[in-house]
Amino acid sequence: MSDYIKENLNKDGIDRRGFLKCMAWAGTGTLCVLQGGVLKSFALGDATRQKIGDLKGDLSFVQISDSHIGFDKAANTDVTATLREAIAKVNALPTPPSFVLHTGDLTHLSKPEEFDTLAESLKSLKTDEIFYVPGEHDVLNDNGAMFRERFGRNAMGDGWYSFEKNGAHFIGLVNVVNLKAGGLGNLGAEQLAWLQKDVAKLKSSTPIVVFGHIPLWAVYPQWGWGTDDSEQALSYLKRFGSVTVLNGHIHQTMQKIEGNITFHTAASTAFPQPQPGQAASPGPMKVPDDKLRQVLGITDVNFVRGKHSLAIVDSTLA
Amino acid sequence: MQNKKWILSAVLTVAAAVAVSTRPGLTVKAADQMGPVAVKIDNFSFGPQTLTVAPGTTVTWTNNDDVPHTVVSDDKVFKSKALDTDDKFSYTFDKPGTYNYFCSVHPKMTAKVVVK
Repeated sequence: MSDYIKENLNKDGIDRRGFLKCMAWAGTGTLCVLQGGVLKSFALGDATRQKIGDLKGDLSFVQISDSHIGFDKAANTDVTATLREAIAKVNALPTPPSFVLHTGDLTHLSKPEEFDTLAESLKSLKTDEIFYVPGEHDVLNDNGAMFRERFGRNAMGDGWYSFEKNGAHFIGLVNVVNLKAGGLGNLGAEQLAWLQKDVAKLKSSTPIVVFGHIPLWAVYPQWGWGTDDSEQALSYLKRFGSVTVLNGHIHQTMQKIEGNITFHTAASTAFPQPQPGQAASPGPMKVPDDKLRQVLGITDVNFVRGKHSLAIVDSTLA
Repeated sequence: MQNKKWILSAVLTVAAAVAVSTRPGLTVKAADQMGPVAVKIDNFSFGPQTLTVAPGTTVTWTNNDDVPHTVVSDDKVFKSKALDTDDKFSYTFDKPGTYNYFCSVHPKMTAKVVVK
């Protein structure tokens, strides 16, 4: 497990050692607790589950990502089965999530039958609501028209929207359409203008959670792991006391902190991808069959209102 | 007299032969450009990244990756639908020029076809 965050853009004295411990790429799970700007990390075990109980506050939700329904190559010949295992894992959490976020690449090829299978599988998720943002694999032939129709939830433009839950403000962003040659993910002027307006009247003490498919920080631009105009988006959020950015796309867990903004990517429920620069390309990575479920997983998030503290727990399928 | 006639008919025959062999359009092309030319999509890249062909050549892209890719011209001259593994896309380049293109799903993948 290497430290692949090359640059430290953070000048506010965040606990570095605790932060590095939180960058678990593969493993049984890491609990990272951010309290008052200090990050503490705990290996996940029964004792930690008690701590989660202490932290259990007003809000608990889950992030899943990159289910790639329709993929059937060597890296995982049955992505529907591993998605079902991920759902079972969510359903077995000590605190049932109020809702679930799917951060995109629901399907592999944007086919209607793939969306059907995804929707059908998610019916067994024990939660009240599911919110979606598209990945580039969901918008292949129609710039996302079918995706928006089925999973759009009153979205605007290419599929962005926001909602409130227990005093926290959630923002779904789309950075996978209208991509330019040689570029990275892209939010676009219209979405940025909407975002600026959307948060303008919120109190700075409102916890913000942003979710979108491609990472909003430069994880590894050579592989397209970043968003060209994310700086502008983040500038609208700098004044808030607690901002969490949840992304997918890279099929591995990764975390970074910049000031009050915590960036986190989730594992895929379908197949892993290599660490930055560790392979010729970011494509699906084959691991031994008995290791596959150790590199797929879900993310559980618990909020404690009024404390700027949230617990992000990644756990693998095995 | 007979010699002159013979020479005259020989000259005429040669002239006719020369005329036939230099009929416009029948220029010699490299053997590999008579049929379709291939671009392979592998490991999130187009190979060759720069392809040079003569006008009238048909280029065929084949996706060898486990993820879908597209072939989209920067100037909207051509655009494939999403290519799954082993899917192909062909385009015939009639006009000379440089055609930059990329994969609209993974836009860091860029390449070009030079037609001259």
